[in-house]
Amino acid sequence: MTTYVGEAVDRVDGTAKTTGGARFSAEYPYPDLAHAALVHATVARGRITRLDTTAAEAVPGVIAVLTHRNAPPLKPAPRVTPLNLATLASGTSVNYLNTDEVHWNGQPVAVVVAESPEAAQEAAHLVEVAYAHLPATVDFAAAEPDAKPQKSNLIMSGGAVKGDPEAALAAAPVALDLRYTTPPHHHNAIEPHATTAHWADGRLTLHDGAQNIYWTRDHLAMRFGIPKDDIRVLSPFVGGAFGGKTMVWPGTILAAMAAKATGRPVRLMLTREGVYRTVGGRTPSTQRVAVGADESGRMTALIHTSVTLTGRVGGGPEQVTSQTRHLYDAAAIRVQQNLVELDVLSNTVMRAPGESIGTFALEATVDELAYRLGVDPIELRARNEPARNPMDGKAFAHRKLRECFEQGAKEFGWAGRNPEPRSTRDGRWLVGTGVAAAYHPSWQFPANVTVRLSADGTALVRCGFHEMGMGGATAQAQIAADALGLPVEAVTVEYGDTRLPTGPGAGGSAQTASVAAALVAACEKLTRLARALARRTPGAAGASYPEILRLAGRDSIEARVGSDTRLGTAVGQLRFAGKLMSDRRRWVKAACGAQFCEVRVDADTGEVRVTRWLGVFDVGRVINAKTAASQLRGGIVMGIGMALAEETLVDPRTGRIMNASLSEYHVPVHADVPAIEIRYLDDPDPTMPLGLIGVGEVSITGVAGAIANAVFHATGRRIRDLPITLDKLL
Amino acid sequence: MADVHLRINGVDRRLEVEPRVSLLDALRERLGLTGTKKGCDQGACGACTVLADGERVLSCLALAVQYEGREITTIEGVADPIQRAFVRHDGFQCGYCTSGQICSALGMLAEHAAGAPSAVTEGLAAAEIELTEAEIRERMSGNLCRCGAYNGIVAAIQETQETRVAERDVPTLVEGRR
Amino acid sequence: MKDFAYLSAPDVPTALQAIARPGARFLGGGTNLVDLMRQNIERPDTVIDITRLPLDRVEELPGGGLRVGALVRNSHLAAHRAVRERYPMLAQAILAGASGQLRNMATVGGNLLQRTRCAYFTDLSAGCNKRQPGSGCDAVGGFNRNAAVLGASASCVATHPSDMCVALAALDAVVELESVRGVRRVPLTGFHRLPGDTPQVETEIAADELITAVELPALPVAAASRYRKIRDRASYAFALVSVAAAMHARDGVITDIRLALGGVATRPWRAHQAERELLGAPATEESFRRAAEAELAAAVPQSQNGFKIELAQRAITATLRQLLTEGGAA
Ligand SMILES: Cc1cc2nc3c(=O)[nH]c(=O)nc-3n(C[C@H](O)[C@H](O)[C@H](O)COP(=O)(O)OP(=O)(O)OC[C@H]3O[C@@H](n4cnc5c(N)ncnc54)[C@H](O)[C@@H]3O)c2cc1C
Ligand code: FES
Ligand code: FES
Repeated sequence: MTTYVGEAVDRVDGTAKTTGGARFSAEYPYPDLAHAALVHATVARGRITRLDTTAAEAVPGVIAVLTHRNAPPLKPAPRVTPLNLATLASGTSVNYLNTDEVHWNGQPVAVVVAESPEAAQEAAHLVEVAYAHLPATVDFAAAEPDAKPQKSNLIMSGGAVKGDPEAALAAAPVALDLRYTTPPHHHNAIEPHATTAHWADGRLTLHDGAQNIYWTRDHLAMRFGIPKDDIRVLSPFVGGAFGGKTMVWPGTILAAMAAKATGRPVRLMLTREGVYRTVGGRTPSTQRVAVGADESGRMTALIHTSVTLTGRVGGGPEQVTSQTRHLYDAAAIRVQQNLVELDVLSNTVMRAPGESIGTFALEATVDELAYRLGVDPIELRARNEPARNPMDGKAFAHRKLRECFEQGAKEFGWAGRNPEPRSTRDGRWLVGTGVAAAYHPSWQFPANVTVRLSADGTALVRCGFHEMGMGGATAQAQIAADALGLPVEAVTVEYGDTRLPTGPGAGGSAQTASVAAALVAACEKLTRLARALARRTPGAAGASYPEILRLAGRDSIEARVGSDTRLGTAVGQLRFAGKLMSDRRRWVKAACGAQFCEVRVDADTGEVRVTRWLGVFDVGRVINAKTAASQLRGGIVMGIGMALAEETLVDPRTGRIMNASLSEYHVPVHADVPAIEIRYLDDPDPTMPLGLIGVGEVSITGVAGAIANAVFHATGRRIRDLPITLDKLL
Repeated sequence: MADVHLRINGVDRRLEVEPRVSLLDALRERLGLTGTKKGCDQGACGACTVLADGERVLSCLALAVQYEGREITTIEGVADPIQRAFVRHDGFQCGYCTSGQICSALGMLAEHAAGAPSAVTEGLAAAEIELTEAEIRERMSGNLCRCGAYNGIVAAIQETQETRVAERDVPTLVEGRR
Repeated sequence: MKDFAYLSAPDVPTALQAIARPGARFLGGGTNLVDLMRQNIERPDTVIDITRLPLDRVEELPGGGLRVGALVRNSHLAAHRAVRERYPMLAQAILAGASGQLRNMATVGGNLLQRTRCAYFTDLSAGCNKRQPGSGCDAVGGFNRNAAVLGASASCVATHPSDMCVALAALDAVVELESVRGVRRVPLTGFHRLPGDTPQVETEIAADELITAVELPALPVAAASRYRKIRDRASYAFALVSVAAAMHARDGVITDIRLALGGVATRPWRAHQAERELLGAPATEESFRRAAEAELAAAVPQSQNGFKIELAQRAITATLRQLLTEGGAA
């Protein structure tokens, strides 16, 4: 029975968020709270040669200035092992304040703790540090030619080949071989990273905006050498994250360290600049996309290679070429990802890492091929739509990309389009339209859940998942309400606390599906229990579940899925790994979609405005029509920023970010964003829990491609370097 | 230390603060009013928007001492149908920019009602300015939402404006005065 | 931020006395000063709040001009009927800047004295002759896409960021300054200095002077005027290039013209050269373009901002064209 699933239910935390009642991690009061501020290195690599904290210590209200000279010891960052996924959580490998070495421009070299945030900030300014420079490589563009092929591992494959694509390309009657670049990006969640840390009796309580509270807990346990059960991480509200709060970055660790060293509860709210200096962002990339086709538009060769960076102290590869393995039925395909290591802060995951920039290059190339062939770009995609995964012939679990394009074309009015570039003008505006495919693989992680049903007709769902705006609690309440036959208001969902049954991290667009799988199972258990009870209880036949409890004289019954014991966790991870492997052997799973847009380009000045948007997505079943549409819109908005304005400026001389502020890093504002129409096919994926595929990331993919294609249609200019700023169009 | 007296959400509050303490930190750290958010502390995001004597301002760039004697309204003091409209239209995701969006929207509607133009107003001399979507977007551009809830926010504001106009029975455009 | 002494001046004489203290600074809306203090670019010992001074009125001048008190808020000035009717480009320029909240706080005096947004000026670890004379200019050879192409020197390429000042420059506005020594009046076009080899000295104002008002002369041509701002996003961003223009044409000939540029120069840039070209010339696309080229002839690009030269020329041409066709200039 589905009363709520699929409906546009209001968010359960809507009132809290519109009245100022929702508390974020810098907003927990503690008596005796002290405030911390960071001092950041100003060189790319070097050693601290002089450090003078006298002036800082003299600032009234300063409690302590922690530096590598006096900071408590910290265990080094753990080595990554697949046996403990929390080892993946190290933001960097640097042992903060336990070394005089500087590894990136911005690394924290001191922490000031004071009675007020003002005193801490002022004292941080007065800490004097001098450095001996060490040679550093920080210029991506200069280092990029020396990139090395990425090695494949369990999680990500670095490259693959089918056939002889270079030969096929050379032989193709129509061929393109293009180069693209994308700059570094930053998440810029409006809530800066903040931690409130409190130690009592050797146990740590941490309020920390996090996308994976269990990783944070386990990582801190390793660094401070204490059992993980002695740490509690709370994160009920996270003010946006987009990947930037997945890893454990220095601020979290240093807040805990400062609290430990001073014996006071400590709050560290990073400055906006501090976020740029200590939290990684999206890697820049250079990409080559080459495509060969016969006259009918059938692709004979498809090559996509990329170079991205990692920090020498951390970060990882990005699956920039991932979608190219799945989107087009080319006879010969090669994908290869390459890496350079630089002396900069680790790169990290940011909304659809890889595919967001990879689809830009691929989809712009496909559009260019369509023009070269004189074929409509949607028609060209249809001619190359594969029946099975092009790389290896695996089955698609779900693939409705064609339907997305067909529905989109109809609603957007694509049929009447004059393909001629620069053919439409409206006053000072050159008008163009563009399309691109969206693609993002779907994932599922293990989750433990308990559900308790009470005789008073309420239910309590408990699972340590995360709420950063996706509306997870609302979606899970809808699922539980349907399963238990309750009104949605009767269901309470607890999340964001490591004391709860272990939830999945918020990443890979997998959280809702992962929790839903466990929740559905738990509810099934619970209803079986209730029915068994009904059979033993006179008069309970046909009664509602709460009535059964009342008749049976029971206050509540509870069901649990998964176990949080050490053994239970290990079994859970093994089972998960096993299912993942068998799933992967059988199927290619993904969300996909078709992005349609209209842009206007000022004929004199090259200013670009996005004026229409339609995204049609295949994301399986949608749990909440309202929040899912919002998330899909949010990805498109971020994609608009990526296409037109966003760029982190790293000075190639110093490795220093020069626009570490929201006034100089341009995220889209209200005026940049048109009405965005969202459609989804609402066709359940039979291989996913409740048939749902995650919606968090797919919608940023294809956005920059669609915009670049529309800009070409408007102006006749192909811009292959993001962002498409007006200077490139003059 | 300075002795500052503010009327916050209708309640008189006295506080002893250093002159360097911003209105934002006075609210969040001294008065426990954490509904007002800090996103940048440099005037670049709008999360800290509050109303000072009904006008929207950024509390991060306001020194608390400078607002001596002023009437400050924070989200905790707002009780307006616009809040329900934000929920109905899903005008937020994470909720971190929301207090600022709501306070800003209230200030913006008041500015519009008082006849203030915006950068997209054509015909600056006109007596009445229609609050179109483009007008709302331009006027709200000082409030960033990284979650990208802009469509929902605009819809919530439109609905609020329409209800207000209907209730006051004041047509948005007075004929003959254009 | 350094701790400082704060006092709120009830009247102008008190403010002028107080500014004599070492390290004293006036505080208007605080939208620039507080920001820079938090970044430790400015570290005053005393802050004198002037927002309670009775300088918050817009008054009619005999002959049709306006006298704008230095503490009039940017938003109030932009919404003022007389400004909207007589100087639309001034209202548009103000409204194109910052955000609604910031304009409610920012004062006219503070807007005049706002400092550059050059990334190397606001990063204490970088060389910047404006912030620290003699430390070099890291913008040259660094990120200078936003830098000036006009009025720059070997020591500084930073732009003046104000939108309002561009319109004021075109309008022949006059700045009124007062100190214990008396009152003086400086034309806005002479108020901001070129950097030369002293980029740290940005304006003509003396350390103990208070801006009390800005006067707008009666200027009938300004009734047909327009401000066009070009930037990297649709709102809430500083100008890459902006144009303030007022024009009057009769029988196809330009009889009056005021033109100023923003975003391209080290100070609000009155386009005298272009004005000379345009006055008496036919009101045509060709004249506009020729004048724009003349104005930008002396432009010197840095490594990343060469596009501003072409962009400024196109923006001038487009703005004048628009004034002619829909702005009532003809
Ligand atoms: C995020 C952001 C975006 C912005 N975008 C734009 C934009 O797009 N366009 C634009 O033009 N501006 C923009 N601004 C700048 C804004 O316009 C200025 O900060 C504002 O005009 C300064 O006015 P204020 O009254 O707040 O000045 P304050 O910050 O109070 O003062 C600035 C300086 O002027 C001095 N001062 C103030 N008043 C007087 C006086 N009467 N006499 C003598 N000295 C005085 C102060 O001592 C100080 O040195 C932006 C600002 C921010 C923070
Ligand atoms: S916190 Fe005030 S504008 Fe961002
Ligand atoms: S709701 Fe998250 S920033 Fe607006």
